Amino acid sequence: MEEKQNSLIFQDFNKSVLKPTTREEISNIIKECYKKNIPIEVSCLKSKKKIGRNFQTEKTLDLSSYSGIIEYKPEELYIKAKAGTSLKEIKDELDKHNQQLAFEPVDFGPIFLGKTDEGSIGGVIACNFSGPRRFKAGSVRDHVLGFQGVNGKGEIIKSGGTVVKNVTGYDLSKLLSGSFGTLTVLTEVSVKVLPKPSLTKTLVIDNPYLLKALDYLSIALSSSSDPSGGVFYPEYFRNYFTFNDLTTEGPITAIRIEGASNSIDHRIKKLCEELKVNRNEVAILEPEQSNIFWEKTRRLEIFSELKDNLLRIVIPSNETFEVLNKLKVFDIKYFIDWGGSLIWVQIEIIDSKILRKIKEIISNANGYVTVIKIEENLKASIDVFTIDSIKYKITEKIKKSFDPKRILNPGKMYSGI
Amino acid sequence: MSSLQMPKVDKSIMSNKDKIVSDIGRIIKEENILSHNDEIKPYETDALAAYRQVPLLVVLPETVKEVSEILKYCNENKIKVVPRGAGTGLSGGSLPLADCVLLAMGKFNKILELDYRNRCVVAQPCVTNLAITEAVQDKGFYYAPDPSSQIACSIGGNVAENSGGVHSLKYGATTNNLLGIEVVLMDGTVTRFGGKTMDSEGYDFLGLMTGSEGLLGVITEVTVKILKSPEVIKAALIGFPTIEDAGNCVAQIIAGGCIPAGMEIMDKALTKATNDYSKAGYPTDAEAMMIVEFDGTEHEVEDYINRVKKIAEKNNSSSLKISKTNKERLKFWAGRKAAFPACGVLAPDYMCMDGSIPRGKLAEVLKEITRLSKKYGLPVANAFHAGDGNLHPLIMFDANNKESLRKCEEFGADILKYCVKVGGALTGEHGVGIEKRELMCEAFNNTDIQQQLTIKVALDPNSLLNPGKVYPILRKCAEEGRVHIHGGKTKFPDIPRF
Repeated sequence: MEEKQNSLIFQDFNKSVLKPTTREEISNIIKECYKKNIPIEVSCLKSKKKIGRNFQTEKTLDLSSYSGIIEYKPEELYIKAKAGTSLKEIKDELDKHNQQLAFEPVDFGPIFLGKTDEGSIGGVIACNFSGPRRFKAGSVRDHVLGFQGVNGKGEIIKSGGTVVKNVTGYDLSKLLSGSFGTLTVLTEVSVKVLPKPSLTKTLVIDNPYLLKALDYLSIALSSSSDPSGGVFYPEYFRNYFTFNDLTTEGPITAIRIEGASNSIDHRIKKLCEELKVNRNEVAILEPEQSNIFWEKTRRLEIFSELKDNLLRIVIPSNETFEVLNKLKVFDIKYFIDWGGSLIWVQIEIIDSKILRKIKEIISNANGYVTVIKIEENLKASIDVFTIDSIKYKITEKIKKSFDPKRILNPGKMYSGI
Repeated sequence: MSSLQMPKVDKSIMSNKDKIVSDIGRIIKEENILSHNDEIKPYETDALAAYRQVPLLVVLPETVKEVSEILKYCNENKIKVVPRGAGTGLSGGSLPLADCVLLAMGKFNKILELDYRNRCVVAQPCVTNLAITEAVQDKGFYYAPDPSSQIACSIGGNVAENSGGVHSLKYGATTNNLLGIEVVLMDGTVTRFGGKTMDSEGYDFLGLMTGSEGLLGVITEVTVKILKSPEVIKAALIGFPTIEDAGNCVAQIIAGGCIPAGMEIMDKALTKATNDYSKAGYPTDAEAMMIVEFDGTEHEVEDYINRVKKIAEKNNSSSLKISKTNKERLKFWAGRKAAFPACGVLAPDYMCMDGSIPRGKLAEVLKEITRLSKKYGLPVANAFHAGDGNLHPLIMFDANNKESLRKCEEFGADILKYCVKVGGALTGEHGVGIEKRELMCEAFNNTDIQQQLTIKVALDPNSLLNPGKVYPILRKCAEEGRVHIHGGKTKFPDIPRF
């Protein structure tokens, strides 16, 4: 039986794109790559394929045929699926039970593919990009309960499980989240799910100033009104948001309140008091428009016609104002998420020198910059991710412990990793 | 207590003690090195007091540079190092080895920064968990993870063990509330993972270090996020005629879209014991008793409590009380938190297990525990963090009777194995340490364990940092796994537990 399975793999193995349908096939393919020193690109629905460094491999492991929900237990608050399962399939299933993935995965589809596409659950975990609810609900990695996968030697490994409380051994689920497929090919993942809030409304404050907006967001995030979203859109993005409820003018300072239906109005009222704003200085987006607003934010819709370069900057929120001041000299457009600590920056003209300068500004503010999109001809000469020499050494050691021959997505994150 | 194999003692290290003391004396102040037996005796155990071993010597560094130099020295000279925080761990994670330098972090006890703008606190690792909340509560903030030993346990230890608490269903465990750490690796390298930002780029070393039980690095600084205290907190105390009814109630509360801040169940034996002990006003005739707590705004909490009331009634609840005041709410918890000493009254000794199970398997697992209790002839009482599926059976036995101890150990191991069998985990929040080490192969196969060991070797090639913990030495599944409390006395009997 084993021989037959292997011969099947060998036959397929000659193709450049391999589309396995079982975990054993995945394991056999990687074993073969390991044996023959063949690097392989781990890929699935390609919604985030362009994030990361360019690298060349002889083969591609396409996980899109390894898909399907394995087990969904609403009352146990988890869903277990094959890594290639599309997020759409998962969300449709969760919708039936009024549950959701609370980390709100960022949808890069509009930027890279011109249409909404959140990719696969494996890809979402491998990239670890979380949406507006991040500061309240945690990021993708906080919701991964366990996984099975294939390491760079072709061995099937697992960690975690389906229960939330589990401190048995190292927490490899976290280590693999955001590792861009460079450590292990995820094959099955168990993810925590949560009930959807009964009601969502959004408070928009009439305010033209960035500094004031950051103050509002900061006060809101430190409020017992417990908001679940806080963004600032400068005026130039205003026309992406044409809502009847949006009666304020100019830039948008928006705070999302969600939860039990009967608590929302009370919390908004209390928040207005804390922010010292009157009813005539605010607009309230009612549930339907509120949901659309945050979907647009999660999908980065304002960048949907983006031709330029896009940077993702994460910094402590007290640094945001100063950082944006310093970035003014470059031709940028930006919006602020995570209540002040995430800045999405669109920059028209960039070269490696400008990027270095920006990285320096951000690093001095104790934050980091990830290059999400950049002109192809520049990609080879810049660092998509940033790493210091000590962490590089540690990264190298960890990479080696999972993938000793460096065959999984080699060079995707850093040169030499 | 039965003997447990630990890494082979290096005799050359033992005989070289004087030189090691003098070498380390060049790194740290002389008074911060304890080497006389009378000085090091207090460090012979953590809160898993059944296991004791005096270390070679104890060092108490005061700066990160000292920690780094000590580790570098030990690494170069192949000397084992066991890190220790407050020593309140229940799984023996900081049990010394005869030939080890015990790195006691007790002097790292200062809060370094309260940063309200970024909603975080920067602290040295031996600041207690509770001290963080106390430092920020006047501004209406708190630190969410609340292990019951929070009055004494250290924040660095919380990171090492990924400690939970009764509120981890809603707020997560340490790993979900940690923003950054400074850490020293065994070769003396000092680095930082994370910081004040949410998420970090690159491999999630912060996540890897959290819960690694002191095997990968020594934590020298911690940055945790703080939350605004909720407007209102209310609890309901509900009695049920059967465990199944209580289990169904839990499932329906969750499926109905409510996520309580905490949800606890105790069986009849424990309800009675804790009520006798603390006079908490529990329904002692109920087969199962539940405490459900909600926090948030007044309206929200009211709404959730009403929903829970209906769900409880539908599941045949025999009694239901809602806390009217904060004082009453704390009284509901008083009995639950006194579960350890209450059991101490019932039997000369008891062992506390720490398995995790799917919430829906509660009735099945409790039935199995009852069956095992009859099989082994030992009484058992059960506490359960029902919200997140963390079960704490307390097995009562007599440690002076060898047969009783052997039975208790077998009973405990059988429970944990059953937890794994129904889809749960060996440990929910106490850690593996030495206590559940031999049961690791119930949860993992050799390849899984080998992968984890490879990570260990990548960061500590000579396996000098806290060796003998978490991973079985011979990878042989022996019958081990529990917290053993002798004569109702823990190392710190006055600290609330689990």
